Amino acid sequence: MNITRFFIQGNEACARGAIKAGCKFFAGYPITPSTEVAEDAAIILPKEGGTFIQMEDEISALGAVIGAAWAGVKGMTATSGPGFSLMQEHIGYAAMTETPLVIVDVQRGSPSTAQPTMASQSDMMQARWGSHGDYEIIALVPSSVQECFDFTVEAFNLAEKYRVPVIVLSDEIIGHMREKINIPDKVEIIARKMPEEGPETFLPYKAEPDGVSPMPPFGAGYKIHVTGLTHDERGYPDASNPETHTKLVKRLCNKILNHRGELTRVKELYTEDADIIVVSYGAPSRSAITAVKNAREKGIKAGHIKLEIVWPFPEEIIRSAAQQASDIIVAEMNLGQMVYEVERVVKSDAEVSLLPKIGGQIHRPEEFLEMIYKCQK
Amino acid sequence: MRKEIRIAGFGGQGIILAGIVIGRAASVHDNLFAVQTQSYGPEARGGASRTEVVISDSEIDYPKVQLPDIFVAMSHEALITYLDGLKNGGILIVDPDMIKEEEILPFVEKHNINYFKASATKTAVEKIGLGIVANIVMIGAITKATKVISEEAARKAITESVPPGTEAKNIAAFEAGMDLIDGR
Repeated sequence: MNITRFFIQGNEACARGAIKAGCKFFAGYPITPSTEVAEDAAIILPKEGGTFIQMEDEISALGAVIGAAWAGVKGMTATSGPGFSLMQEHIGYAAMTETPLVIVDVQRGSPSTAQPTMASQSDMMQARWGSHGDYEIIALVPSSVQECFDFTVEAFNLAEKYRVPVIVLSDEIIGHMREKINIPDKVEIIARKMPEEGPETFLPYKAEPDGVSPMPPFGAGYKIHVTGLTHDERGYPDASNPETHTKLVKRLCNKILNHRGELTRVKELYTEDADIIVVSYGAPSRSAITAVKNAREKGIKAGHIKLEIVWPFPEEIIRSAAQQASDIIVAEMNLGQMVYEVERVVKSDAEVSLLPKIGGQIHRPEEFLEMIYKCQK
Repeated sequence: MRKEIRIAGFGGQGIILAGIVIGRAASVHDNLFAVQTQSYGPEARGGASRTEVVISDSEIDYPKVQLPDIFVAMSHEALITYLDGLKNGGILIVDPDMIKEEEILPFVEKHNINYFKASATKTAVEKIGLGIVANIVMIGAITKATKVISEEAARKAITESVPPGTEAKNIAAFEAGMDLIDGR
């Protein structure tokens, strides 16, 4: 396998990853700080036999991506906070209709239009709960340019495997920084599951044992009805039947939750014997790791857990960390979002402290060290 | 080894591209690690512009510059804004035609700064006949004065980073920049 080395931005790496993973369709509406994802896709996709469309807004952008998926194509969009808010209706629709797609959300200062050119991790809970109802999605958080590439590839694969919207939660710092990345000429690709049965007997929403149904595209001879209403295995609306609804929504949730194990992805550093464990994700992880290494040099038993898949939340990892460490520090570029998940899982097994940061810049390593010293006392 | 570099000037001078070229040279061609970041805002041509590059022989965790080892100033405003941040004994490279030297000499003296002057803008206009290559001239000066990237890596990175058809002029600019630093 050939590997080519590049020095590019995180946003460009997302676009390159998508295209390597088989993305043939990008619909979007430009918004800082995500625009380079669209720019790069607009340059590369047409040369690779794909389609790029700039839509009139973010609602239609995600609508177009959903349409592309049902036409049999892998598609994506990229946005930032305000655009991500507009996409929420369609995220719920994609979850309900089991439409595989990828959204790159390059987070910026919030709420509202706030800080277009500054970083944040404001959309963590919005990614989880932004659309109404009970549903599960998958979200990955890159903390380097290489991870922007790798995680976008992974996002496409997970989207196909589970037939679910997958969100890459980047941020302005990771999106705009340039680093070296290695791009292989080929990556492992999960292709869309196609039905083995013929159109006469195939039920498009009848799940296989893994909870996921095959997905034939429009035009392949199968009768397919796509609706956000509660539907039966044929796809026909059955919206006032409690049993149909319960069965469907539970299946949609459980196809993710029953695979928590394989959807757990963290990177641990010095956690084996750590008394103080820092939990972070995305850009602040880089300051956290610097600080934890520094603390170790000073003889402090500090460790770090970098969350890579944040949704579903890696409960087991955090639970066992809490059983071992006396203190858990959660650092995020918001006033506290994932800390609620950590607290929910940790209960009283360890002391949980929040190290929040807003304004647009990442925590300095000294801020972590101060917090680590405080926990030591 | 961790080297922190800050390059600053005004929009339109190619400050950001200079940072990209140095980062690319270090990471892609010198087999080191590099992170390049930049001031990112609505500044138009003429406003302040800044890029930062961290170069290391191991993976870079914290991506931002904390205490620069090298500071390159292509405008007086940038020089005054960031000079204080330069490490004691650090390297300072300025375009002397763009600054008022007398304002910084006390600092240079006091903090034992390794001080270089490279007339990048003048050289670009007079030797290359193209003012916009001042940033590439400056890369030549940075390469020679700091050795933070190799000459070969710089040449490759410049060739990859400039518009097709302009490679020869840019390499000439790079060489002219190297010549601005005496061989000490």
